[in-house]
Amino acid sequence: MAKVFIYPATSLILSDLVARFGHKPLGAALGIRERIQTAGVDSPPLQITPEEPKRGLKYAAVEVPSGVRGRMAIYGPLIEEAGAAIIVTDADLAFGCMGCARTDELILFSLRQSGIPILELRYPTTEEEGVQFVAAIKKFLDDLEKEEGEA
Amino acid sequence: MMADYTPEYVGTVTRYVFIESPSMTPGELALRAYEASEGVLIKETCFGLQVTGEPESVDRLIEVIRAFDPTHIFIKDRGFPPGDPRRCRANLGGARPGYLGHEREFRILRYITRGLEELGRREGEAAPEPVPPVHEKKPLLDIKRLQELIETEES
Repeated sequence: MAKVFIYPATSLILSDLVARFGHKPLGAALGIRERIQTAGVDSPPLQITPEEPKRGLKYAAVEVPSGVRGRMAIYGPLIEEAGAAIIVTDADLAFGCMGCARTDELILFSLRQSGIPILELRYPTTEEEGVQFVAAIKKFLDDLEKEEGEA
Repeated sequence: MMADYTPEYVGTVTRYVFIESPSMTPGELALRAYEASEGVLIKETCFGLQVTGEPESVDRLIEVIRAFDPTHIFIKDRGFPPGDPRRCRANLGGARPGYLGHEREFRILRYITRGLEELGRREGEAAPEPVPPVHEKKPLLDIKRLQELIETEES
């Protein structure tokens, strides 16, 4: 079973397909859950404490805004943990404020730099594209399994 | 002043169950899920369910739920437990943060359903090759248009 980072990290479709084909999807929910379930200082709404931008220093330089470093404290460890990644290019739901936008760029950059196998797709807009979308993800995940078996 | 934070539902996992099926409503899904729940907390929503409990129990229940209608039920993890005042719309008003993203993907689910059905049918045959995304250059913002935008904003 491979750990697969999904982008957009909140994607229902990617999360479901990765889990359905027997692998573990790594998305935003896991990082948020860890924070929500850890006792400490009350910091609503996401329990992002002043510690997070410090942890984010591992993934972004000190002059990068704290908003990006704080977000990277959630995504960075997941990217490190991932053995593969599935990216939906130009997903229209992956947008947000400047902090989110820059973090998204840094996530994609970090994934491409990490050298792990990456599958890039677009969301389907027709039924035939839907078939191709699901088939591509299944093939990618099956290949990961084969590689794992050989290793 | 900084207040202490004591988390609830420690050690549990919460998952969303989305159903987009012509033959089963979220209400029916909830009833059938309750029958198999064995102590897992189930909350019915307009799009399906939220299930919360020990990781092993939730995994077991998810397996049962998926089997009800495999190509029309979709599942993802959730960070917050159900009814959390920081996220629940009962406290915030309006749509729950994150709901709009789900709504957007919900519209694409029928293509995914089709893909899964087709994959089951074509089992053994060569899968269709997907078209890789083309990195086309987005058109740049015209300088005159930018000027117009700035002027509209200022007036």
